[in-house]
Formats: sequence, C-alpha cells, structure tokens
Amino acid sequence: MDHTTEHHGGGAKEVRNVTIILTVLTIIELALGFWMMGIDSHSTRIAVKGIIVILMLAKAFYIVGYFMHLKHEIRNMIMTIVVPLLLFVWFIIAFLYDGNSFKNLKNTYDPYKKEVSQTKIEKKEEGKETKNEAAEEKK
Amino acid sequence: MSTTATVTAPGKWWSGGKSPFNVEYGKLMMWYFLMSDAFTFGAFLIAYGTTRFASNGWPDPNKVFQSYPGMPEGSSAPLVFVSIMTFILIISSVTMVLAVQAGQEMKKKKVVINLILTIIGGLAFLGCQAWEWTHLHHEGAWWGSNPFLNADGTQSSTNFTNFFFTITGFHGFHVFSGVIINIIMLIMTLNNVFEKRGHYLMIEKAGLYWHFVDLVWVFVFTCFYLI
Repeated sequence: MDHTTEHHGGGAKEVRNVTIILTVLTIIELALGFWMMGIDSHSTRIAVKGIIVILMLAKAFYIVGYFMHLKHEIRNMIMTIVVPLLLFVWFIIAFLYDGNSFKNLKNTYDPYKKEVSQTKIEKKEEGKETKNEAAEEKK
Repeated sequence: MSTTATVTAPGKWWSGGKSPFNVEYGKLMMWYFLMSDAFTFGAFLIAYGTTRFASNGWPDPNKVFQSYPGMPEGSSAPLVFVSIMTFILIISSVTMVLAVQAGQEMKKKKVVINLILTIIGGLAFLGCQAWEWTHLHHEGAWWGSNPFLNADGTQSSTNFTNFFFTITGFHGFHVFSGVIINIIMLIMTLNNVFEKRGHYLMIEKAGLYWHFVDLVWVFVFTCFYLI
C-alpha cells in the first residue's frame, strides 16, 4: 500500500518531549505513592488515589497519542477505536458500584461474616508461621 | 456517508480508489486487535476492582511489595523495585519508537540497534518479574494462598494473590510475546527483508503491539502497586 501520504509526527523532538513527560508523570505518581504511606486519613487517601488515576490516564494518552501515533491518524479512524472504548465508562461505574453494594448487603445481612472480617489477627509472626506450615504441607 | 463530506475529509475518500483511513490494512487490523485486547485486560482489572470494592479489607501493597534483589534482611523498600520495572518498560518503549522512526527513514543500522535495545529492555523486565514472582512464592504467596494480612490487621482472602498472579501473569505473557515478535523483526531486518520490500511497515505494527504492552503496564502498575 502507498504510505507516501501518511503523516509522520514531530520526529525526534516529539519523542524526547513525550519521554520527559512520561518520566515526570511517573515520578510524580511514585512521590504521591510514597507520601500516601504516611497518611491515615481515609478521605485524603481517596483523593490522592484519584490524582494518581488521573495521572495514569494522562500517561495512557501520551503513549497512545504519540508513541502509538494515533493522534496523527485520520479522525474517522481514531473514532472507530476510541468510541468503542467509551464502553469502559459504563463498565467501570456499574461494576464498582455493584461491588460496593454487594459489600454493604453482606455486612447488613451476614453479621457473622462481618465480625470475622473485623477480627484482627494479633501476632503477625503467627500468621507467617502457619503459612510456612501450609507451604511445607504442599511440598 | 454524507456526514463524512461535511467534516474535513472530502467526499472522494469514500468513493473508491483511495484508502479512507489512510493506513495500511495490517496496521488497522493491529489497532482493532489491540482494542479487543484492551477489553480483555479491562475486564480483568474491573473484576479486580469489583472484588476489592466488595471486600471489607485488602492487603497494603506497600507491605507486600517491599523487596528487591540483594536487599539486607529486615529492611523494607516499598515501591522501589517496581519503579525500576516501570522505567525499564518506558525506556524500551522509547527505543521502539526510535526503531520505528529509523524504519520510516529506511536506516537499517539504526533500526537494528534500537530493536536490540528494545529486546534487552523486554528481557530485563521479564527478569525482574520472574524475580518478584519467585520472591513472593517463597513468602508463601501463590494462586490460592495468601500469607499477607489486610492493611487493618484482619485476615485476608486469597483474592489478592489470585488477581495479582493472574493479571501480572497475563501481562508478562504479553511482554514475552512482544519480545519474540521483536526478535523476529530483528532477524527479518538483518536478512534485508524490509529493504527488499521497500518499507518497514512491519516494524510499525510490532511497535504498536509493544507500546500496548507498555500501556497495559501503566494500568497494572497503578492498580496493584500504587492504589
């Protein structure tokens, strides 16, 4: 096929810029990850996780748009790929909502299970030992 | 069809004699394959998310993934090893772009060098993953067995390890296939197959696949190690 009319993005400079952007985004993600370890507040952790997800989507955009060259393709072709992926919007919202609802139902109607899931295991070492025993049994 | 005429594209694109999407057939099909693969990975990750949302507790990734090869006993270094893996994959993606660009300029030597670098990056990533799997296995983690407690100190289920090994395993298998594809591309380049053909479009298709593997890792890395 003729590829004489294919668009060739911005070349070496574009690759360098996108590499820098991806690296910086990853470093920010990791910094947020490290920072999050010391935070106990539940709502703050959720907010940081939200920021990390947004950064993840930004990285995905740069990889698909520039490395995979999709941004320089013809618009109709982009649409045939991107529009079906919009199903993920429904997919994610519906399933996570369902999972959350299932958890609430279990906690409401299965008090025994809730109690078990809230019982702390005192000694961590003991947990490890039973695990080793289980591993040895396998052998 | 009439709607396309109103957009920037002139009507002649759809009246025959010209490729409407202006891409080679194989490349377009690679895009559609990757789209379907995105749904497979998406289904896996959403199943993971649903299960996590349905659980009262979940292990803390910073406690589980806190080791690297040769680490002194008793210390912990969360996120360090996986950051190295992430950067390896990003860099190998960059060398793949350079190989594709060199192919468009018909520079065989540059294609070969960048393909070799990409293959090394892929193998390095697989090596890291093999080490991590072995390490976790020695700690007692495998499909159906989870030695780690939940973040709040309660007993965890095996969902965590099941999803971790299934999804990183599926991704690792993609990396492995990508490395094989890249090796085939390297051999074809060295045999002057693309020089004779007059274009390096095959490298572009292999490149799309390789970038997709990197793309999936962005999601897997975030979902399992960061969040």
